[in-house]
Amino acid sequence: MKKTYRIDVDCANCANKMEEAARRTAGVADATVNFMLLKMTVEFEEGADPKAVMEQVLANCKKVESDCEIML
Amino acid sequence: MNRKQKNVLIRILVAAALLGLLHFLPLDDVWGGWLKFAAYLVPYAVIGWDILRKAWKGILNRQPFDECFLMAVATVGALVLGRLRTGDYAEAVAVMLFYQTGELFQSVAVGKSRRSITALMDIRPDSANLEQPDGTCAEVDPEEVPVGSIIQVKPGERVPVDGRVVEGTSSMDTSALTGESLPRDVRAGDEVLSGCVNLTGLLRVKTTKEAGESAAARVLDMVENASSLKSRSEAFITRFARVYTPAVVFSALALAVLGPVIRLLLGMAPDWGDWLMRALTFLVISCPCALVISIPLTFFAAIGRASRAGVLVKGSNYLEAMAQTRLIAFDKTGTVTQGVFEVAGVHHSELPDEELLELAALAEYHSDHPISLSLRKACSRELDPGRVTDVEEHAGEGVSALVDGRRVCCGNDRMMRRLGVDFTPCSSVGTVVHVSVEGKYCGHILIADKLKPTAREAIDALRRSGVRKSVMLTGDRPAAAEAVARDLGVDELKAGLLPGDKVSAVEALLGEKRPGETVAFVGDGLNDAPVLSRADVGIAMGALGSDAAIEAADIVLMDDDPLKISTAVTLARRCMRIVRENIVFAIGVKLLCLLLSALGFGTMWLAIFADVGVMVLAVLNAIRV
Repeated sequence: MKKTYRIDVDCANCANKMEEAARRTAGVADATVNFMLLKMTVEFEEGADPKAVMEQVLANCKKVESDCEIML
Repeated sequence: MNRKQKNVLIRILVAAALLGLLHFLPLDDVWGGWLKFAAYLVPYAVIGWDILRKAWKGILNRQPFDECFLMAVATVGALVLGRLRTGDYAEAVAVMLFYQTGELFQSVAVGKSRRSITALMDIRPDSANLEQPDGTCAEVDPEEVPVGSIIQVKPGERVPVDGRVVEGTSSMDTSALTGESLPRDVRAGDEVLSGCVNLTGLLRVKTTKEAGESAAARVLDMVENASSLKSRSEAFITRFARVYTPAVVFSALALAVLGPVIRLLLGMAPDWGDWLMRALTFLVISCPCALVISIPLTFFAAIGRASRAGVLVKGSNYLEAMAQTRLIAFDKTGTVTQGVFEVAGVHHSELPDEELLELAALAEYHSDHPISLSLRKACSRELDPGRVTDVEEHAGEGVSALVDGRRVCCGNDRMMRRLGVDFTPCSSVGTVVHVSVEGKYCGHILIADKLKPTAREAIDALRRSGVRKSVMLTGDRPAAAEAVARDLGVDELKAGLLPGDKVSAVEALLGEKRPGETVAFVGDGLNDAPVLSRADVGIAMGALGSDAAIEAADIVLMDDDPLKISTAVTLARRCMRIVRENIVFAIGVKLLCLLLSALGFGTMWLAIFADVGVMVLAVLNAIRV
């Protein structure tokens, strides 16, 4: 399953870091961050609960870039 | 500017004013210089508190190498050095000040280009006028319009969902979808696509698709998802950035320690402070942001620009491949020709041309064959089917019928021969319909698939843009194909191909390419899907109708104009040139500044330019596409 979320982040490098962090989160099969459109597309692993996974993704993103936001 | 940006602007102004004020206050000798130190901490805190906080958070989260950390280390280092040696704190504050100014500028510039590019692509209709059972109209969200309902589109409005006109005539501005500026006339029975603007008359439209499946949504979806397929240049930059920052940080450390140690070993004064300054300057230059932002921004701007011109690119990687196109293969029917059979001429007619056409059209009136359709289309007179009786179809030959009581036979050479009619063979390429009335030969009508008006120009433009070989692949008979190939001036022709043969023809081309070249295939997408996906770059023509094309192709030309192929190549080349410029410029300036500061020529100011200045220039260059 794929879902797209709006994000808020200031710099392009930070967006890359968020992408990395999201990819490493358990339950995420793949993630891409589009800095130009401020969107994050997350592909979830089978059986994962998007809501719980996304909370973890947000926590992990905050760790690498404290100034970011994901509109869940 | 948004609130966040305004906030930063105010802080920049306040800090700058405080800095200017402190410059004129005689604080140097008060309390052993501590008062001056404390006084300068005020503007420093105003401008830099959030950077310090983020740096601290970074350390807590074990992500030390971010730019906030680097700025914090550099400026705190400069403050400490100032306290210990020079008594000058202005530099530390100014560095922070300029860093924030640069960041603000970048954020505004990116926001601006983001808005201008997305505005270019904004063809999503806001609302639909849905007809209610009682005959009135209600404004609803396009998402809520069910398939098969009737909507009204007023002049000046965008068509909200795809549908078919049931009432009214108008002309449509299709430029948002096709890049074609000439308005298209529509009337009852014609298909209208969402995203087009109704220019003149009120239309009642029966919807055929949901909003999410409509043309506008599909186009937007494609363009928005395009940047998730990253190009090699983008991947390169991301990898580079990952290595670059730590490498610079460790060199800075080495510089701060090894420089003085070597000097000590050589018996010179170690100059700890001097080397530390150089190391701090290094840190300021270490942020890879200029690179990381300018490359995707360039691709994004190029994809936006292309979609505006009616060329949809499904990913940055295809733009990259498109720029290297040197070999191109294309399908004939529907790609370089119009794919509709049209009457190309009336030859050797014993009657006025118009009358011969009318007789043929009447005789073939009851047939659905494409030939009959084109005859009927070419005939300008009103056709009365009541005049036609006793129709006989002769398979593989033609039709004979009584028109106004006279026996009219329309057919090919074989039919004429069988009837024993003395006919004049046709020397032109195409399908020939001979007409005889009461056994007497009256002439023939030539029906041919016409070249698109821009086809020849398109091949020339491609050649000028560096394509070294163009090949036409077609399932058509060699004779017909050869004439087209000659007219176009293509380098090679392969005719009489089955769809599978086209794949092997493209594979042969793929084997012929040299390193750094790509093979593009252009098709109209009905039976070309396997070839489209086999080529390095698959280009589909006029895809608004065909889903198969959209799926299989990498680049979609929204209208049928083959000239758009070279438009796409040119745009891709331009985009790649700017990408290369930005990579070379940003890395080059950074390396130069690193070298200068390692040798002691670089100041903190130079470092700030290398960080923020380069980024701003790269961003400005990127949106030039």
